[in-house]
Amino acid sequence: MAKMNGSQAVVKCLLEEEVSTIFGYPGGAVLDLYDALMDAPIKNVLVRHEQGAIHAADGFARTTGKVGVALLTSGPGATNGVTGIATAHADSIPLVVITGQVSRNLIGNDAFQEVDIVGITRPCTKHNYLVTSRDDLVPTLREAFHIAASGRPGPVLVDIPKDLQTAILNYPERTPVQMKSYQPHYEPHRGQIAKACKQILKAKRPVICAGGGVISSDASEDLVQLAERLHLPVTMTLMGLGAFPGMNPLSLGMLGMHGTYAANMAMANADVIIAIGTRFADRITGRLDSFAKEANVIHIDIDPTSISKNVRVDTPIVADCKMALTAMNAWLDQEEQNIDWREQAASVEAWLIKTIRDWQLSHPLTYKDDRTIIKPQYVVQVLEKLTGGNAIITTEVGQNQMWTAQFYRFNHPRHFVSSGGLGTMGFGLPAAIGAQMANPGKLVIDIAGDGSIQMNIQELATAQQQGCRVKVAILNNRYLGMVRQWQELFYNRRYSSTPMEVAPDFVQLAKAYGAVGLRATKRSEVEPVIKEALATDNLVLMDFVVEREEGVYPMIPAGKSTTEMLLV
Amino acid sequence: MKHTISVLLRNKPGVLSRVTGLFSGRGYNIESLCVAVTMDPEISCLTLVSNGDPPIIEQITKQLNKLIDVLKVTDISEQEYVEREMVLVRVNANANTRAEVLRIVDIFRGKVVDVATRSYALEITGSASKIQAVIDILRPFGIQELVRTGIIAMARGSKK
Repeated sequence: MAKMNGSQAVVKCLLEEEVSTIFGYPGGAVLDLYDALMDAPIKNVLVRHEQGAIHAADGFARTTGKVGVALLTSGPGATNGVTGIATAHADSIPLVVITGQVSRNLIGNDAFQEVDIVGITRPCTKHNYLVTSRDDLVPTLREAFHIAASGRPGPVLVDIPKDLQTAILNYPERTPVQMKSYQPHYEPHRGQIAKACKQILKAKRPVICAGGGVISSDASEDLVQLAERLHLPVTMTLMGLGAFPGMNPLSLGMLGMHGTYAANMAMANADVIIAIGTRFADRITGRLDSFAKEANVIHIDIDPTSISKNVRVDTPIVADCKMALTAMNAWLDQEEQNIDWREQAASVEAWLIKTIRDWQLSHPLTYKDDRTIIKPQYVVQVLEKLTGGNAIITTEVGQNQMWTAQFYRFNHPRHFVSSGGLGTMGFGLPAAIGAQMANPGKLVIDIAGDGSIQMNIQELATAQQQGCRVKVAILNNRYLGMVRQWQELFYNRRYSSTPMEVAPDFVQLAKAYGAVGLRATKRSEVEPVIKEALATDNLVLMDFVVEREEGVYPMIPAGKSTTEMLLV
Repeated sequence: MKHTISVLLRNKPGVLSRVTGLFSGRGYNIESLCVAVTMDPEISCLTLVSNGDPPIIEQITKQLNKLIDVLKVTDISEQEYVEREMVLVRVNANANTRAEVLRIVDIFRGKVVDVATRSYALEITGSASKIQAVIDILRPFGIQELVRTGIIAMARGSKK
C-alpha cells in the first residue's frame, strides 16, 4: 500500500474513476486539493461562481453519461453550489461534488467559512458524506462514484475536512464497491415483461411516454426498435426529448403543460400507456384525477418510489429501462411466430392513421408568424434548420426552454440539456460550457432568455478562458416572459416585476468578454445572424429582439386536466 | 390507519436525521419514534409509528428503503406482532390516595421507582393502549410529570 497524503489520494482516486475534467473554484479549505490537482492529468475548469461549476459538471454528465465532478471550497463555496446540486438531483444526474470543510478540530465551532453542508444538502443529494477519518477517505470517494452512477443516478456530495487533505494515509487497493444497504435492482421480472407485451399487442390505442430514464440508461435504440415494430406512437417528457428521434413519423413530440395537442390527446384517450423512465411529474399529468382514466398503465422505472406515486399503475416493472426494453424486444422475437402481425398492425391503424393524424393536422404546433417582427419560435426553427436537429442544445428556464422543446426536434439522445424538475434559471450557459468541454468537436448552443442569461452571465469568462466556442441565442423580449404570460392569463395583465427594461447591451457585453456579439431586430436578419454565428470560431452571443408579448401555446393551466388546453 | 414500521439502518452519524428529514420533507407523520443499537454494533433498529392511507404507507416504506443507509424496512403491523412502550409517571400521592395509587400500579403490573412525601414515580410497560389507559386512570390524582419511550415492536413467531 502506497503512502501519500489525503489530497494525493483524492487525485489518485479520481484518476481511477477516469475523471478527465473537474469544474470548481478554489478557497482556503481546498488549497491542498488544488495543489495536488496541479500535477495531475485532469483538466481544471475555473468557473466564476460555484453554481456554474455544478451546472457545468451537470452538462458534462448529461451529454456523456459519465459522472460529472465539481470541487468547491467550504462555507459560501459549498452553499453557492446548492442550487446546482438540487438541479441535478431533480433530474437524476450523476455528479460527485467534493467540498472542503474546516479541520476536524474546528467543526461545530462556527469557524471561518464553516457550514454544515452535509446537513444542508441532505434532501437534495442522492447521498452525502462527511469524511471523519483518513482511512475512510478513499473508500468513501469510491462509494460516492458508485452511488452517483448506479441505480437511479444522482448527485453525491463528499465533504473533506482540511486536515484530512494533508494527513498521511495508506492508499487502499481498488476493490469493487459492495454495500449491503444499497443494491439497485436492474433486471426486469420476466413475467411482468410478458404480461406487458401481451397487453401492448392487444391494445387498440397504445402510446409510449418516454422520459429521462430512457436517455440515462442509453435505451434509445431499443425504444425505436420496439415502437417501430409495433407501430406505437411515442411522446416524450421534457427530460425525454431526444430519447426518440423528433423527426420520426411516430413521434408526437412533447406532452404535458406545453406539449403538443396530439400528445396530450393521445395520452388522454389511450387504452394502454407504456411509461418508460418517467416519474409522472405534475407538469405532464395535469389534474391527476382525470389523467389517463381509461388506460391500462404499464410503468417501467428503476426507482420503486416512482411507481404508483402519482399515477396508479396496472403493470409495474421495476428495472433499468434499457434492460426492460431489451427484454420486451427479446420476448417479441421469441414469440415472432405466434403473433399475428397483420392483425396487430390493423388494430392500431385507425388510431395512428385516423385519430392521431387528425389531431396533428387540426392542431399542429404553430404560432402566428410576422413579416418583420421576430417571433421567438421562428428563431428556434431556423436554428433547427441550420443545424439539422443535430446540435447539442442547452436552455435556460422559461419560455425559451419551452419553445426549444416544442420547435427543435432532436434526432439524438443526450443532445437536449435543460433543467426539468427544478427549473433553474441560469442553468443553460454553464451547462453549455460543460457540454462543450465534454464534446469538443460538437456544436453547442444555449438558447436563452434575456432574464435567465443574466443569472449566470459571468460564466462567459469561463467559456473564454477554456476556449469554449459556445453559441448563445438570447430570445430577448425584455420581460421575464413565462411569468408575464401567467400574469397575462391569470392576473389580469398586471405585470408585477416582470418587465426587465434595463439590461446590458448584449452585443457590447460580448465584446467586453472578447466574444462576438450579433443582433437581429427584424425577421430577415435572423438567418444571416445564425449563419454568421455558426461560422464564427469564437464564443458568440446572438441578441434576437423578439415580439415582446409572445406566449407559449398550447398550454394546460396549472391544476387543469390535460385535455383542457389553451391553443394559439 | 396506524402502522408500526421497523427499520434496520447503518449505525452512522447523521442517519437518524436522514429518516426524520425524509418524513418532514415529504409531509409524512411520525407519531412515535424509537431507536437504539442492535446486537450488531454497526446496525441500529428504528421503530416508528406513522399513519396514513395505504398509498402513503407504501410510499413511506419505499422512500425509507431508498435511503442509502437503510438495510431493511418491515411494516410489522401487517403481521402478528407484539408492541411495548414504557412510561415513567410522577403522580400526586398523599395520605388519602397512596393506597389507591398503589392498587392501580398493581393492577397494571407497574412498579414504584421513586417515592417522595407527596408523590410516587411509577414505571409501567405495555402496549400503547394500556399505557393510555394507565394515564387516563392516574390523571384525576394529578400527574406532575410524564415521560414515554415511544413504541418498540417485534413480529411474533420464530425468525427465519
